[in-house]
Amino acid sequence: MNKDLYNYIIGIADNSLILGQRLGELCGHGPSLETDIAGTNISLDLFGQVRSYFQYAAQVSGDENATEDTLAFLRIEREYKNVLLVEQPNTDFAYTIVRQFYFDAFHLLFLKALETSKDETLAAIAKKSIKEVSYHWRFSSDWVRRLGDGTEESHTRVLEAVNELWMYTDELFHQTEADKAMIAQGIGVETLALKETYYKMIGDVLEEATLPIPESKYWHKGGKQGIHTEHMGYILSDMQYMQRTYPNMEW
Amino acid sequence: MSDKEVKNLEDLFDARIARDEKIEPKDWMPEKYRKTHIRQISQHAHSEIVGMLPEGNWISRAPSLRRKVALLAKVQDEAGHGLYLYSACETLGVSREELYEQLHSGKAKYSSIFNYPTVTWADMGAIGWLVDGAAIINQVPLCSTSYGPYARAMIRVCKEESFHQRQGFEIMLKLSNGSQEQKDMAQDALNRWWWPSLMMLGPTDAESVHTAQSMKWKLKRKTNDELRQQFIDQTVPQAELLGLTIPDPDLKWNEETGHYDFGEIDWDEFWQVVKGHGPSNKKRMKDRVGAWERGEWVRDAAMAHAKKKEERKNQTKKAV
Amino acid sequence: MSKNWPLWEVFVRSKNGLEHRHFGSLRAADAEMAMENARDVYTRRSEGVSIWVVESNNITASNPENNGELFEPAADKVYRHPTFYDLPDEVKHM
Repeated sequence: MNKDLYNYIIGIADNSLILGQRLGELCGHGPSLETDIAGTNISLDLFGQVRSYFQYAAQVSGDENATEDTLAFLRIEREYKNVLLVEQPNTDFAYTIVRQFYFDAFHLLFLKALETSKDETLAAIAKKSIKEVSYHWRFSSDWVRRLGDGTEESHTRVLEAVNELWMYTDELFHQTEADKAMIAQGIGVETLALKETYYKMIGDVLEEATLPIPESKYWHKGGKQGIHTEHMGYILSDMQYMQRTYPNMEW
Repeated sequence: MSDKEVKNLEDLFDARIARDEKIEPKDWMPEKYRKTHIRQISQHAHSEIVGMLPEGNWISRAPSLRRKVALLAKVQDEAGHGLYLYSACETLGVSREELYEQLHSGKAKYSSIFNYPTVTWADMGAIGWLVDGAAIINQVPLCSTSYGPYARAMIRVCKEESFHQRQGFEIMLKLSNGSQEQKDMAQDALNRWWWPSLMMLGPTDAESVHTAQSMKWKLKRKTNDELRQQFIDQTVPQAELLGLTIPDPDLKWNEETGHYDFGEIDWDEFWQVVKGHGPSNKKRMKDRVGAWERGEWVRDAAMAHAKKKEERKNQTKKAV
Repeated sequence: MSKNWPLWEVFVRSKNGLEHRHFGSLRAADAEMAMENARDVYTRRSEGVSIWVVESNNITASNPENNGELFEPAADKVYRHPTFYDLPDEVKHM
């Protein structure tokens, strides 16, 4: 099997998987029915992408027992390669929105670049996902504007989330060995080239939202190497519960 | 208006309904018609959004990605259905916030079945199969009810719900064809959800206070007991197909009536749950109220932002 | 200022060639949000290709009490309908 390609796909997919899972936790608990429905739509888009990626990864893995579900549910924590940002909890609506906002900006730029990948399957998934993620970005950035330039309370809350989650943004651009190999082959996305545009996108919205751009340069990383925050174990024990409790069954 | 004039208007009104004419929001309607509709439509809406909670409980633990997206989409639909129904109710001059207030204060009721806990994955199957099955039996006749906005909401709801019951039945089918553990899980879920599902179709006709009036207004086309019988008759063969046993020793086919006879329903349990003492009443309300309260600052922020934007727009206009 | 999000009416064109039809209503703080919510609530199953949203307050509706004067005078103007006119059977298409 093409191990680099496999790891590359897993890296992309895990971001959508864990973020989709986090959003799924909120279904039924949103601030209004309309917002609840919108959040679930984003979650469903992400899971749809995950399934395409994992089906492809299962095929690339060469392991005939691998399926989208073995990849989603039966790895150990160290084997999940999502960035730390997406596993952060739904502390409140401000955290949920800012997490989404930080990720969507990256996700959109990333997919636009992935659309030109030499790997046709990845390019096709990217092409379809761009439309979904453009909408996610519109949704999350609109909400950042509303919360930032809303009431005093919403400003304070969203400012806290902007500052607290800021340290996880740099990791979005980090490259693993697999990433580097894929970039060299014209399959992977040169993430470093996206960085400037990313911070410009984020900065413009924050400015409109009357929120100061955080200045901290202390970055947290580890997710892409499988070293996660303490939240991750709980996400997995929830997500994997059925597959672990009742091994080798069909559902 | 004198009593006699009102009586006359009411007769004309009833005649319109009898002719299958629809009543629309701005039409004259008897106060009792308006109140009854607000009560029924809002109860229905509350049931949809409280109904999101027991199933929402399993979204994060769904056993496969396929099941997870189906469940998410289903629970999301329930939010949509709640929204359609609240909107229909709002045309009667009551706001969604007032209706929430009634729900949160315990004044308004919702379907009692959602006060039972979902303890295993098989409960997702049982709810889809039985609870949605019973709901559909209740809802299909409402697509031709007399109040236009309610009928239109129900048409949309029924169209979207067609996948819900299938989704549940498919889960049950997979479990029934699976390992012994899975079969046991399915049977256990049927045991726990069967009786509450029968109760869901409402008290017996003898006990039901609203039936006659509701029939006249086409809020109801069949009595609770008729609906219950219909549900049992259609569900028993499905259980046989699954190889599961319905937990009622008195259940048997009656050649003479052409229906299944069934055992005594525990109405004490029903009334206990209705009165707020079911296993999950408090948890459900806590979740609903919690979500609403935690969302307050968010809703306020959006309004404040909209107002600022509007003001800025007006200022720009003035400057020009 | 009311703190509750105002009500909006949603009109959706199911496909090009058809008119926008009233689909239902929803709550939103502003027009952008109303548009986004309409998309999320009313077109989850590819029901539409175009959406209009209008705040419900901005709709002026006729009052059913005036239905007599508004609509009944049209009832006896049968000459506005083709069936009013007698034609010989030989004229097949007109």
